Amino acid sequence: MSYTPHTPSDIRAMLEAVGAKDLAELVKVPDDVALRAKLELSPALSESEIACKFTALAARNDAPNYASFLGAGVYRHYVPPVIGALAMRGEFLTAYTPYQAEVSQGYLQAIYEWQTYICLLTGMDLANASVYDGATALAEGAIMAVNATGRQALLVSKAVHPNYRAVLGTYCDGLEVEIDELEYLPSGTTDFTNLNDKLAGGKYAAVIVQSPNFFGAIDTFPKNTADAVKIGVVAEPLSLAVLSTPRDWGADICVGEAQSFGIAAAYGGPHVGFIACTKEHMRRIPGRLVGRTVDNAGRNAYVLTLQAREQHIRRERATSNICTNQAHCALIATIYLAAMGATGLRDCALENLRLAQATRKAMLDVPDVTARFSGATFNEFVIRVPGSAAETLEALRRKRVLGGLDLGRFYPELDDCILTTATELTTQADIDALQAGLRSVVPTLRKKELAAAR
Amino acid sequence: MPQLADALDAPLIFEQGQSGRANPYVPHHAENADAYLPREVLRCELPLPDNTELDVVRHFTRLSQRTFGIDIGFYPLGSCTMKYNPRINDAMANLPGLRDLHPFAPDELAQGALAVMWELERSLSSLFGMAAFSLNPAAGAHGELAALLISKAYFRKRGERERTTVIVPDTAHGTNPASAAMVGYKVVSLESDKRGRVDPETLRKVVGSDTAVCMMTNPNTLGLFEDRIKEIAEIVHAAGGLMYYDGANANALMGNARPGDMGFDLMHLNLHKTFSIPHGGGGAGAGPLGVAKHLVDFLPTPVVRERDGVFALDFDVPSTIGPMRSFWSNFAHMVRALAYVNANGAEGLTRVSQLAVLNANYIRAKIRDVIETPYDEPCRHEFVASAQTLKRETGVRALDIAKALLDRGYMAPTIYFPLLVPECLMIEPTETESKETLDEFIAVFRDIIAQAHANPQEILAAPQHTVVGRVDETKAAREPNLRWSDGSVA
Repeated sequence: MSYTPHTPSDIRAMLEAVGAKDLAELVKVPDDVALRAKLELSPALSESEIACKFTALAARNDAPNYASFLGAGVYRHYVPPVIGALAMRGEFLTAYTPYQAEVSQGYLQAIYEWQTYICLLTGMDLANASVYDGATALAEGAIMAVNATGRQALLVSKAVHPNYRAVLGTYCDGLEVEIDELEYLPSGTTDFTNLNDKLAGGKYAAVIVQSPNFFGAIDTFPKNTADAVKIGVVAEPLSLAVLSTPRDWGADICVGEAQSFGIAAAYGGPHVGFIACTKEHMRRIPGRLVGRTVDNAGRNAYVLTLQAREQHIRRERATSNICTNQAHCALIATIYLAAMGATGLRDCALENLRLAQATRKAMLDVPDVTARFSGATFNEFVIRVPGSAAETLEALRRKRVLGGLDLGRFYPELDDCILTTATELTTQADIDALQAGLRSVVPTLRKKELAAAR
Repeated sequence: MPQLADALDAPLIFEQGQSGRANPYVPHHAENADAYLPREVLRCELPLPDNTELDVVRHFTRLSQRTFGIDIGFYPLGSCTMKYNPRINDAMANLPGLRDLHPFAPDELAQGALAVMWELERSLSSLFGMAAFSLNPAAGAHGELAALLISKAYFRKRGERERTTVIVPDTAHGTNPASAAMVGYKVVSLESDKRGRVDPETLRKVVGSDTAVCMMTNPNTLGLFEDRIKEIAEIVHAAGGLMYYDGANANALMGNARPGDMGFDLMHLNLHKTFSIPHGGGGAGAGPLGVAKHLVDFLPTPVVRERDGVFALDFDVPSTIGPMRSFWSNFAHMVRALAYVNANGAEGLTRVSQLAVLNANYIRAKIRDVIETPYDEPCRHEFVASAQTLKRETGVRALDIAKALLDRGYMAPTIYFPLLVPECLMIEPTETESKETLDEFIAVFRDIIAQAHANPQEILAAPQHTVVGRVDETKAAREPNLRWSDGSVA
């Protein structure tokens, strides 16, 4: 099937109006670039066939049917149906970037509300209209700091999400910005020993810390961090319902991911990143900004603003190449925050805390399972198992439990460690299944470990 | 005629609600965070409004009524390809097995998702004549950035560090030079000729041993096919540079010609433009990156591999530039795009391009006697008109025509782009609009031009029937107010 409305007589009449003999004439290209290859595409399907095909494909993804303790930057949260019902309204779904303010007031206002929500949650002065995701928000935030200081190096905690650090590396490679790392401590937080000595040379544009960090630990900047932009990363923004704000713990720029606010995991996207900052960085923040102003009759009105920073005006002198923003994801997050309100968001965060604590306790009750880090955590934490995390998780998977993430994938020295996440959707049955799984799996692995040690 | 909601003000969500109005979405266990966490890490207050679900439904329904989308009416926004979005695509993306899949799910439990990515990647490679596509980039500009990072890594590997410039024609999208700057390249702008195209002779004068990449759009932003593209590619390749194809205008090409056959080494696609993904107010989009054979080893990670019908994410790409984003792709959009590719098949996609081109030429043919069309020849999927003479004669500018169209229930064309056409209006109808819709638009457009001559004041005062009148952009920029604060406006 095709989605074109043209009847043969329409086409005849239109060809006549444009003075062409047939459609092929209209799209003709020079012989030296004419299409010769046969296109290798599946044959066209009707809508019912498409529905069957994708339903079958969806059924081949069995993971959503498992008891899951996966987190690590994407969180399984309850999404009230009202969120989808509003966000999927066609006016929102089928709009483009709101260049024509007079017919885009609704979207512009929603983005202004999103900017406000991000500021209220993070404690920052202003926020942009969203960027691709958490990792690219970090990369763009780091470029802000590089431009603000004129320095070509960054100091990044190893407890920042490894995927985020990898993307930062990709961007920095292009700009020839050097990245140095800060180690982590037995608490799971960042080791700031001699930080001020490292910063004293004026080498670093920014110090980058995540909280809760990749190990789930609540991390902050040390007091009196001299002479560098402090960038705080927030991958689980639900934590902001109970934890002190990045502004309070010292961030000048706060970057993060808002997938937790009503946005589907969707195998990794689309999600939505944010960048918030203090007033002094206003003209360096990348991407769209919506401002409140008035119309010619003095009515409140919203409009894209400070566009002089952007690629369509400054071209190669723009603060970033970002052309638009994740408006629809930001809208979903805004509706989610409106529906939850302070009360709902706090309740949800408390449920995450309660169930994460219960999950952790259930795991640590299994003999030979230990805590890897000692610091306070929000909804995820790291445990150590005998032998190998990969083998443990594989064995749990056979019992239909996804017990978490094998940290050896990113940190060779933590190949016996699992990052486990609980949310308000974690049930007692899930916790029981995880614990039972560990009870049957761990002794075997422990025996294997002992044998290997001999 | 489509109408937006009435002119009553819409208060901010922060100006509504009462503290303590909770919706029962999650259990309330009435505990305090200090039962679990040390007090010094806790926040004192959470200053968000509490609203009932009904308040929230009314608020956002009202905002939707104050927003123009394709579902409201015709959206002839040049260079953005605002076609109809079949609802089946969204329904498929929202199947729980796809929607709720965690990106760290083991490959064995994500075979359906990986199969979607694999089939889409293979289909795009065939459609555009590339060796492989990476689905990693999150938007068109993000794909450009990935491509330029690849070029940098490629030349570095070859020991050609002197390649520091990127050639960008004046018909290019603004993201091209910005992307080049983001990887530290210098930008050389290339003037187009009288025919609105890149002249190989002009190009010869700027290419050299410092050329890294030449970035082009074909058809270009004037809606014209670069008919000497093969020669252009040969010149750039002879100088040792790479050719980059900006896929923003791929809707005009699909199934009729392929960038790979024109000599392009790298290209991005805007899936949200060409493959009927909702633009959602400007995003999320998706910008897969295609490469020719010699650049496959540089693709961002991960890539999807297939072996004996089993799919896997591969993070081990020999010379990868690294990942471009937190996770693998804007996966839900891959589902939408593949559903669209499957609905059309090769023949359907070829037809899409032909009819997109027919629609653009039809509007052009029907209005060119009332407004200048500076490059007066058949166009591809879009064309540019200029209000320069009209402005001189009546004082009515491109901006005023745009606002008058809003008043009559249409989204405005793109205006003042590309920069080389004065008082530019760029019109792209897409293939999903019927002849009747185009005829109505043509009549309205002609009426606006007639009014501009007869009674310009009326057009200059537009819009009058939208929820707000012309917005004070200068005030917005001079006194930035980017957030609500404490009941007053900060």
